[in-house]
Amino acid sequence: MILVTQRNPVLRWSYFGEQWDRIQAAIGEHLFLTLTPVAIGFILSAVLAGIGLRYRWTVGPITLFAAFLYTIPSVAFFGILRTTPLGLSIYTVLIPLTAFTILILVTNILDGFRAVPAPVREAADAMGLSPVRRLFTVEVPVAVPYMINGLRIATVTLVGLVAVAGIVGRGGLGNLIMEGIRRQFWTPLTIGALLSIVLAITLDLLFFLLGRWLTPWARTARS
Amino acid sequence: MLPVSGAGTGVAARPPIPACLSSPPVPLLPHETGTVIDQDLKTPAIRLRGVRKRFPGTTEDAVAALDLDVERGSIVALIGPSGCGKTTTLRMINRLIEPTAGRIEIEGDDVSNQPPVELRRGIGYVIQQVGLFPHRTIAANIATVPRSLGWDRSRVQERVRELAGVVGIDAQMLDRYPDELSGGQQQRVGVARALAADPPVLLMDEPFGAVDPIVRGRLQDELLELQNRLHKTIVLVTHDLDEAIKVADQVALLNVGGILEQYATPDELLRAPASEFVERFVGEDRSMRRLALATVGDLPFEAGPVVDVDADVTTGLAVIDDHRSDWLGLVEDETFLGWVPREQLVVGTELRQIERFLPAAQVAPSSTLRSALEIIMTSRTSVAVVNDAGRFRGTVTLERIRAGLAGDLDAPTEHAA
Repeated sequence: MILVTQRNPVLRWSYFGEQWDRIQAAIGEHLFLTLTPVAIGFILSAVLAGIGLRYRWTVGPITLFAAFLYTIPSVAFFGILRTTPLGLSIYTVLIPLTAFTILILVTNILDGFRAVPAPVREAADAMGLSPVRRLFTVEVPVAVPYMINGLRIATVTLVGLVAVAGIVGRGGLGNLIMEGIRRQFWTPLTIGALLSIVLAITLDLLFFLLGRWLTPWARTARS
Repeated sequence: MLPVSGAGTGVAARPPIPACLSSPPVPLLPHETGTVIDQDLKTPAIRLRGVRKRFPGTTEDAVAALDLDVERGSIVALIGPSGCGKTTTLRMINRLIEPTAGRIEIEGDDVSNQPPVELRRGIGYVIQQVGLFPHRTIAANIATVPRSLGWDRSRVQERVRELAGVVGIDAQMLDRYPDELSGGQQQRVGVARALAADPPVLLMDEPFGAVDPIVRGRLQDELLELQNRLHKTIVLVTHDLDEAIKVADQVALLNVGGILEQYATPDELLRAPASEFVERFVGEDRSMRRLALATVGDLPFEAGPVVDVDADVTTGLAVIDDHRSDWLGLVEDETFLGWVPREQLVVGTELRQIERFLPAAQVAPSSTLRSALEIIMTSRTSVAVVNDAGRFRGTVTLERIRAGLAGDLDAPTEHAA
């Protein structure tokens, strides 16, 4: 328990001025460590979902595997990879973070394709769209709201998880939090936590806006 | 049947459907397309021979060796209880389902020889749930096939606007998304999308099944109007006998397992059911259904207990005795003047002087026999006067309608003046 005293207030504003470079770097690293796994995870999930849609029987095993990755405690995952030749490299953080996104993204992508109404598919076939064209001009666009949902959940989750990676010294804003805990110093802890929240909300909002921009048709439904 | 060589030449001379659709200029208005049809009128537009379908993992045929000819420019309704394979049959025509055996030809070309994607671009398709693309505007939905065929933008735009007019979609709606439209409007867009590239063949699977009865009736009327102008070859699946009777030129009634029980005109189906199954399917009130199907104009002309106003009373009395009527109708220069009751017919008076009752019971030649019956039953004279735009054309009685039902209401009748 860290006591709040006059010398150790919850937030010392001068810290921003003094440590601005570090804060900035932490935000940058946090963004990078959030968005890179989300991007890689999305590509991997798209491939896995593709396999699942093509070969129905694989959906179960794929989901099970993704769930397995998801259930490994993140701290343990970081810790285990640290003992491998990866050591303290960026991959020690990126690999677990990417693994966490897969369950969220795969299930949302699959839901998106399942949400394409059967009559829409039938009509696409009957209009003479080839399977590839049907996929890219009908099914993917109709699945976009679900994909955006998955991306939003994955991103917000990762902003929180990246901070945990602070324990292996690769945690963006998590590094500030860890420093605050180690030094019994409130200010970096508060700043790390607050900025992490702001980052999560901002990224969520950006994905939300991206979704609206991509799917003007989805918000016009008749009441 | 044409001689084999003749039919063969006709087939060879006709380009496959997708080719003729993709080679501009495609006429914008379907009524300009008459030329394709001239070739050999005897070949059915769609021909099914021994078409059988058994789905994998089942032990019964969904469709059992079906033969069916669909005449060019006609509407054929496939009808039957669920499990009769009507939708399966429809979907085999554009290869959404591949038959297990048999042969399907469109304009003499075996569909199995054509790549499905190209085949389908030449066949309009309308389904109950419409299946509009939710992420595309109405205009883009209608433009689906023309765009696949590579039409240039202005031509696509022009065609979309034209079709919106044809199916009755407001031009302002073209930029909206499907979810903003009512069910009936969506179905109109579905029809417009199916007609976009002016395909000669249209397949419709319960097209009006999802809308309320009032809208359904209107859409059926619109389909018939459209068909009067476009002369498409239409195969329509329905489970609604009234719909089949109303819109179809020929009805194919299928039994469970895809067995064709009867293939006939709606009137023949009702008048002469080919089997007990058909009889049960068309129901006990099939005569009433036939009445809704036929019009007063389909009955032979009958003057009825009617005389010229200048005839003498004795003639009038003879006429109503002949017709066992209590009322005498008076006519002058093709205008029906009114009815005179028997007790007023005193020998020596002039017919013109007798007070007349105006004819309340009137029908037009285009009225259905069902509405004529309704009018007769509520009329004091038990006779309905047939007026065609004010001109007296004869009368209709219960007796006449009954006689009509005994005969073939499809056969053209001579209308003596």
